[in-house]
Amino acid sequence: MVKKESSFVNMVFTLFVITLTASTALGFVYEFTKAPITAAKQAAKMKAISEVLPEFNNLPNEEVYKIAMDNDTLFFYPARENSRLVGTAIETFTNKGFSGNIKLMIGILPDGSINDIVVLEHKETPGLGDKMSKSKSDFSLQFQGINPKNFNINVNKDGGDVDAITSSTISSRAYCDAVNRACNAYLKGGKK
Amino acid sequence: MNQWKNFNKGFFRENAVFVLFLGLCPTLGVTTSVINGVGMGLATTFVLLMSNIVVTMVKNFIPDKVRIPSFIVIIASFVTIVELLMQAYLPSLFDELGLFIPLIVVNCLVLGRAEAFASKNTFTSSVVDSLGMGLGFTMALFFLGGVREILGSGSFMGFKFIPGDGILLFILAPGAFIALGYLIMIMNKINKKTT
Amino acid sequence: MNYIIIIISAIFVNNIVLAKFLGVCPFIGVSNRIETAIGMTGAVTFVMVIATIVTYLLQHYILIPFGISFMQTITFILVIAALVQMVEIMLKKVSPVLYQALGIFLPLITTNCAVLGVAILAVQNDYNLIESVVFSIANAIGFGMALLLFSGIREQLELVDVPESLKGVPIAFIVAGLLAMAFMGFTGIV
Repeated sequence: MVKKESSFVNMVFTLFVITLTASTALGFVYEFTKAPITAAKQAAKMKAISEVLPEFNNLPNEEVYKIAMDNDTLFFYPARENSRLVGTAIETFTNKGFSGNIKLMIGILPDGSINDIVVLEHKETPGLGDKMSKSKSDFSLQFQGINPKNFNINVNKDGGDVDAITSSTISSRAYCDAVNRACNAYLKGGKK
Repeated sequence: MNQWKNFNKGFFRENAVFVLFLGLCPTLGVTTSVINGVGMGLATTFVLLMSNIVVTMVKNFIPDKVRIPSFIVIIASFVTIVELLMQAYLPSLFDELGLFIPLIVVNCLVLGRAEAFASKNTFTSSVVDSLGMGLGFTMALFFLGGVREILGSGSFMGFKFIPGDGILLFILAPGAFIALGYLIMIMNKINKKTT
Repeated sequence: MNYIIIIISAIFVNNIVLAKFLGVCPFIGVSNRIETAIGMTGAVTFVMVIATIVTYLLQHYILIPFGISFMQTITFILVIAALVQMVEIMLKKVSPVLYQALGIFLPLITTNCAVLGVAILAVQNDYNLIESVVFSIANAIGFGMALLLFSGIREQLELVDVPESLKGVPIAFIVAGLLAMAFMGFTGIV
């Protein structure tokens, strides 16, 4: 096999050329995919917002505002039907998940009650913590229609009104933590 | 080189997962369902094919001492391309495969083929080899994903045929190891019969 | 307190090999002798910790500020490859015996999904520098522990009567599965 001689100059030159070509190609692909990636992320968010709130016909993504809580920010998406506030979707999180962060999208109606919740992201154990997803169990249904003012959002073990997922107290607790974070932030500065 | 044999070997005699034991991390990690397994297999095949093509075309220009780092950069570039394309056009698959997509770059199968084959063979042979090994890898993931999804979730390709959960163990860590062990055993038996 | 959770989680609950499936190739390849397992663990620990530190700095001071996070995969793996080269050279000079014993496995640390995996995870979990270091050390310990437990078991397996088609790798995987099951019992700790 006739190969280039491994002189220092050749080696450095080759690596340089390869890395340069690679970086350029990647930069190009990155620019090319930037728009579709952002669009895909926005679409996923819109889908989550529609799942937790009643009908609306504005673009909540464009009216998003932020409220800072606990070293991070929560994103508020107001949904309106013909300019009347139908509800606010809040993207909330918790760091107390069993296997990492959990992100939820909560739909809160103007009267402060929770309309619905969907899980955006989680790494919980299949068969246990992952039951927080609607597709796996009815755990999240107990949150529909409750109002934090008269419902203690904590698991039964902590003296609250939430029935935890069997054998997944930590995941359930984390879920409540995320919900509470959103509700507290809403009371602080939501409602527009 | 007999190209048909070259292509074929990736499926049984030299199957990446069941015989050569390469690329085990993603094999165990993403085969919780058939779709995830096949998705990963095809992504890996793409990287394998593209990087082998580039390697076989530039092999004469790369000094021997820097060939491994060079191969790594080439492979890593294609992995990043796959990452970006998936994020843009297949976002849910991207979320499911997660950490294992960038890990394609350290899939021993990919670097191994570049080093052992593409850098020493013709363009045609390298293309055929990478297709065979890649699709054979995908087949392995298909089988492991199939076993785990059917037994663990009671579904196949997303279609549930029993209500509720299956034998959860199979979609958790231990099940991956055990299922793979038995599949290797079956592959051993098949290979013994045909040699 | 947070550090304790990171440590226990990385070693027991989310063990890098038995729960996260990273580092399985050397796991199967090296674990049939205890001495090689120990040597491998040492080398991996060294590479893993330094790689995590360097990639952390890389991510936070270069990749993010310059908006080139998509170069993460390439830069991280190059850092690891360079580190492994350095370890090889160092080891040749300092302990030629160990260098010989590890043989082919040393360059294979580059393709060890565990090292790249831990580096990426540390960034994904948003740890600061100290947390990343703790995380990488804990994961290396978890890797070593799994490797050692397993090599002990495999040395025993060689002496036992195993059906022909299960001999070698298949039975190793099945036992690994049982080991993984045992480790699942740790999930209640955190």
